[in-house]
Amino acid sequence: MTNTTMLTVANVSVELGGQPVLQDVSFEIGAGTLMGVVGPNGAGKSTLFNVIAGLLPLSNGQVILGEGARKIGALAYVPQRESVNWRFPATVLDVVTMGRTRKRPWYRRPTERDIQTVAECLDRVGLWEQRSVLMTELSGGQRQRVFVARALAQEAEILLLDEAFSGVDVGAQESLVGVLQSLRDDGKIVLLATHDLTNLAQRFDQVLCLNHHVCAFGPPDQAFTPEVLEELYGAHGINFARNGAIE
Amino acid sequence: MDAAIDFVISPFEYSFMVRALVVSVLVGVMCPILGAYVVTRGLAFMGDALAHAVLPGVVVAVLIGVSAFVVAVPLGIAVAVVIGMLSKRTGISEDTSIGILFAGMFALGLILLSVRSGIGLNVEDLLLGQVLGVTTTDVFVSLGLTALVALGLYGFHDQLVFTSFDPIGAQVIGIKTSMVNYVLLVLLALVIVIGIQAAGIVLVMAMLVTPAATAYLLVRRFVTIMLVAAVIGAASAIVGLYLSFHFDLPTGPAMTLVATGIFGAVASVKRRPQS
Repeated sequence: MTNTTMLTVANVSVELGGQPVLQDVSFEIGAGTLMGVVGPNGAGKSTLFNVIAGLLPLSNGQVILGEGARKIGALAYVPQRESVNWRFPATVLDVVTMGRTRKRPWYRRPTERDIQTVAECLDRVGLWEQRSVLMTELSGGQRQRVFVARALAQEAEILLLDEAFSGVDVGAQESLVGVLQSLRDDGKIVLLATHDLTNLAQRFDQVLCLNHHVCAFGPPDQAFTPEVLEELYGAHGINFARNGAIE
Repeated sequence: MDAAIDFVISPFEYSFMVRALVVSVLVGVMCPILGAYVVTRGLAFMGDALAHAVLPGVVVAVLIGVSAFVVAVPLGIAVAVVIGMLSKRTGISEDTSIGILFAGMFALGLILLSVRSGIGLNVEDLLLGQVLGVTTTDVFVSLGLTALVALGLYGFHDQLVFTSFDPIGAQVIGIKTSMVNYVLLVLLALVIVIGIQAAGIVLVMAMLVTPAATAYLLVRRFVTIMLVAAVIGAASAIVGLYLSFHFDLPTGPAMTLVATGIFGAVASVKRRPQS
């Protein structure tokens, strides 16, 4: 499944305000992987993403990007709902065009090629028809797909989706996962953080169970042992093992 | 008919009215364009603070006999930077830092004014604007600064929009978001200093937020909001200037009331399309 290693996180520790948030986190994934980062709220999932994105300094360890992932714009971030300024009136087209910002000098307007790429990316996530719609007029799932299209427009190799399923209904989650799987098939790395373990967890190639440290890492059927689930979610976690879903 | 033409033409037999018209239109266009960012990013308090914080700069400029721009522009920029640094260094919230500097700098300006009373500075003109008194130099400096702001807005448009909507995404893609935010504050300081001539320290806020808020209710897209805001702002400035001339009203308050009236009319029938 994995041919070349694209992302290596080695012994990463991070402290925020004197509190250890990540302790000795290590994993390695190759191109073409859809990985879920699973853990309760406050387990350090966002911190891990910020570290991979280069937004936070490490207390220890290192993040190594593979050769294909070192160019400008190789990393794309699909923001949590709360980190976006929804008062700002951006249309679908505006947002996807943002992905092209670093593809031209800072003072230049989008070129023909930029416009062409943006159209293709919107088409790929099935939102070309909605291109003139304001982001605030879209459903949660559609918004996530717009951000994924932005990542495509920026020609990202590694996509970080923070809590991409929150506020997204089950049908829309399915269609989002479908888009993400097609990106995986193109050789991208897709990391998706979620605190909520729906049956979608089984659709990941790999899962990283995180609770400040790595509780488990591997394919979902191997990683989700009753012990791991109890460590992540307490006694409720056992229900997941039994029923395949958590409330 | 003749009376109507006379109403429109007669003020401009005076050269001070021609200068006032040029500056009013510049203010009426530029403040609302920047105002589109102020309204959509929640920077109204910051704008108000910058306007008040340049008071000591204006007083010092008059004392040492230079154009108010020479001192007020760098001071406005410095205050914007210090506000950012203060909240970063101390961990107090940004609006608290703004409040502290706002009041502190304004108080300093008032003390300077009281110590050097009789320097020919009218407090009321500073606070409420005195566009009828602008000199030819003021007009040219305003034109120059306006061109600078327009250039900055155009050049940084994509970065400003990305950073305003999704600051973290912008940072991940490699945009220097804190630099972009400082650029915005510098542009804001520049239009405020231009705007103070027409609307004064207290009322420049009206030009900054009212037309942009009106446009925010009327149209959907960001660039369209900027354009519609500029039209509303220019119309408010021109109508305000006429009212001021014909009915002997203070100019800044007249412009402000026109802008507020337009906002009131729009707000009573429109709400922001879907948000």
